[in-house]
Amino acid sequence: MSTKTVNQKAWFLVLPVVVLVAFNAIVPLMTVVNYSVQETFGDNLFFWAGLRWFEEVLRSPRFHDALSRQLMFTFTVLAIQIPLGVIIALAMPRKGPGVSVCLVLMAMPLLIPWNVVGAMWNIFGLPEIGLLGKTLNSIGFDYNYTRQPGDAWFTLILMDVWHWTSLVVLLAYAGLVSIPDAYYQAAKIDGASSWAIFRYIQLPKMKRVLTIAVLLRFMDSFNIYTEPSVLTGGGPGNSTTLLSIDLVKIALGQFDLGPAAAMSLIYFLVILLFSWIFYTVMTRDEEN
Amino acid sequence: MRKYSWLIPTVYIIFLMLPIYWLVSMSFKTTNEILGSFTLWPQNPTLENYATIFTDPTWYMGYVNSLIYVSLNTVLSVAVALPAAYAFSRYRFLGDKHLFFWLLTNRMAPAAVFALPFFQLYSAIGIFDTHIAVALAHTLFNVPLAVWILEGFMSGVPKQLDETAYVDGYSFPSFFVKIFVPTISAGIGVAAFFCFMFSWVELLLAKTLTAVAAKPIAATMTKTASSSGYELGLLAAAGTLTIIPGAIVIWFVRNYIAKGFALGRV
Amino acid sequence: MARITLDRLKHAYMREPRAEADWALKQLDLEWEDGGAYALLGPSGCGKTTLLNIISGLLVPSHGRVLFDGKDVSALPPEQRQIAQVFQFPVVYDTMTVYDNLAFPLRNRGVDEATVDKRVREVAAMNDLTAMLDKRARGLTADGKQKISLGRGLVRTDVNAILFDEPLTVIDPHLKFQLRSKLKELHQRVATTMIYVTHDQTEALTFADKVVVMNTGEVMQVGTPEELFDQPRHTFVGHFIGSPGMNVLPCEIAGGSAVVAGCKVATANKAPDASGQTEVGVRPEFVSFASKGIPARVGKVSDAGRFFIVEADCDAGRVRMLLGEGQQVPAGSVHLAFDPKATRIYVDGWLAGREAGA
Repeated sequence: MSTKTVNQKAWFLVLPVVVLVAFNAIVPLMTVVNYSVQETFGDNLFFWAGLRWFEEVLRSPRFHDALSRQLMFTFTVLAIQIPLGVIIALAMPRKGPGVSVCLVLMAMPLLIPWNVVGAMWNIFGLPEIGLLGKTLNSIGFDYNYTRQPGDAWFTLILMDVWHWTSLVVLLAYAGLVSIPDAYYQAAKIDGASSWAIFRYIQLPKMKRVLTIAVLLRFMDSFNIYTEPSVLTGGGPGNSTTLLSIDLVKIALGQFDLGPAAAMSLIYFLVILLFSWIFYTVMTRDEEN
Repeated sequence: MRKYSWLIPTVYIIFLMLPIYWLVSMSFKTTNEILGSFTLWPQNPTLENYATIFTDPTWYMGYVNSLIYVSLNTVLSVAVALPAAYAFSRYRFLGDKHLFFWLLTNRMAPAAVFALPFFQLYSAIGIFDTHIAVALAHTLFNVPLAVWILEGFMSGVPKQLDETAYVDGYSFPSFFVKIFVPTISAGIGVAAFFCFMFSWVELLLAKTLTAVAAKPIAATMTKTASSSGYELGLLAAAGTLTIIPGAIVIWFVRNYIAKGFALGRV
Repeated sequence: MARITLDRLKHAYMREPRAEADWALKQLDLEWEDGGAYALLGPSGCGKTTLLNIISGLLVPSHGRVLFDGKDVSALPPEQRQIAQVFQFPVVYDTMTVYDNLAFPLRNRGVDEATVDKRVREVAAMNDLTAMLDKRARGLTADGKQKISLGRGLVRTDVNAILFDEPLTVIDPHLKFQLRSKLKELHQRVATTMIYVTHDQTEALTFADKVVVMNTGEVMQVGTPEELFDQPRHTFVGHFIGSPGMNVLPCEIAGGSAVVAGCKVATANKAPDASGQTEVGVRPEFVSFASKGIPARVGKVSDAGRFFIVEADCDAGRVRMLLGEGQQVPAGSVHLAFDPKATRIYVDGWLAGREAGA
């Protein structure tokens, strides 16, 4: 690795990015902050509301429910996708024509528009005409995701596993193929078991990509909106109303801009906080 | 154990293909067949659903719109990310680390949070319902990603390359365009792939920022799903068609997907 | 510890080798004594790493057998052959401490902790690693990591052989010498069979009791460093070993003797039935100026410190010779004489006939 030279003129190179992202991030963020501390009764009249909306949101059972559903969803999919992705990556061929086939087929779900993913699973799960719904019902399960909250959750989690596990697979696989053969040879000679090879060679070498995987999956699953909104629309009842679905309902459905804005900011801060915690915990070892 | 390990990816791929198969198979069925009976494959295959899409401008223009703003976004994101990634990979400057982190935090921003302010901002500057509006909005999460990926690739190129070129009398712009960009073409390919992917799959912002003129295919689909009741065959055909561009793009970058991930860094 | 025998060993990476060049290893019959220090020397791509992997068991030979103490191990995986290997690029278990790295091969074999501790400390002391036993292996320098790799081999009492695959490639030049002497010292102490693969003749000649010189998948010669220097069996060996390498000049055969550039040259061996390409080989150390002999013109003279390397051109080609300090280098036309005891005839590259008196 070459050392970097100090050069303040480099700012000119990053300027376009800064301008573009600042325009997109700061102006809307200021709008949200602005709304979050004001009250409006229409006619573009705004009144100072202080931190009232924040208090209201933080106290409201509705927000607590949406947040706990969100946390449950995120941690469930992380708990399934990360180990599953690693297992699949470990079992994948390292060379030969099978590699391309695997990679291309596995990447497919990642490139399908999110509403199509929702619509696809919506159809797939229908009890009368969907392959999944019909099969489950014909082997004796009383499965109907539009009526039973448990089934709705099952379908939602299954859909997300279907949609995103490949991302973890690709990342873990990238980490695995970067391990030189000599490591495996040395481990064989040292008499290491498959578990020891995984624990002391593969896992340490995958650590960096797995950090990325956990962070990306955390952020994206916490931000998820389109797929569940098409699949269940938050229902039945409010059983699958995750944070962003609730937020859109409040902001665009009821036009309660103040609370929606306050909720947006809290939401954003929660994501930042968790991402920071994940990041520090997972990279703690490398610091010393 | 190793002998049977191929089973795991195989079963996983079958699991991935099942819903896709169901969608594709449904797109060739008539509405009667879909609603009337449960069939594993189309009994009377029909192209009617596809014919509807290719003859109705509100349908096929959706694809055209999507492809336009996705391409615009990809070009824009990679173009601004290239010099920035070069700066991050080669130089230290005031606030570089904070700036990099701040860029990445935008990758975390929930689209739902920004949907409404974006709508107001873009209406205010008069670009609501244009392709450029969606392309611009998507740079919010694609530019940080592109910078991140490109920085990883560029850090893998030895600095001696730059120094040799300057000694040989290249100016910075001509070095960058003639030598550096071709050197990291694989990285540009990977970055472009991810920009394409995230712009193509996103719906919430695309839908919020458009009405008629630049309406994406995904939005057309949700409208059909709600307004015309149960035209599942048509919906399935439209969905099937949205898978195709992605599949083509993956095929082209198949050898770089894994590499792209490995070189990206936090 | 074991005697290693390679019995009619051949290897090809493709399924049905046809041409000569398809073989990564041509037929090999070798016998390595227990406790010896051997080197496999040859240029890149000569098959030495293939041979090493066959011995370690990472590769199953397509033909022939590998025997350890007379027992056929050709089909056994590496972990059952009780060998250790040090790789070109240091392999350490990053997340473990140096101590755990050294203990790893023993713990995998279920050795009790008291023995593990005793062995690890012994080996650490031998390798000068005692001071860093509690450190993470990740932070070590390349030579430190190679010492750990070596230590993982030494820590086991049951190893049949330790194999080295160009272990000094990534080591800083000034540490190479140090590590090499350490290795030699360790070999004398533990008396385990050691096989050292390299393309560097200095490494091979200083480390090994016996050197196997390979080229294009074939063994050219097996011998002590002295034998390789004094009696190369093939022009390749003569050329590859020594600095500068042996002079090889085309010659004609008249009555079993060599004629170079029209002059009869006395040689140590005879070539009674010379068919094929005939050459004469003589090391620069054994060429001198004389009043009569092969006519030549002196060309470039380079100072190599304690001696001069003189290049002289004769009709048969260029001849390099070594001249000690203080010796006069004549200018212009000269005559060259070859020491008959160190001059040999080669037919198609191989040493012709039998040594006179051998």
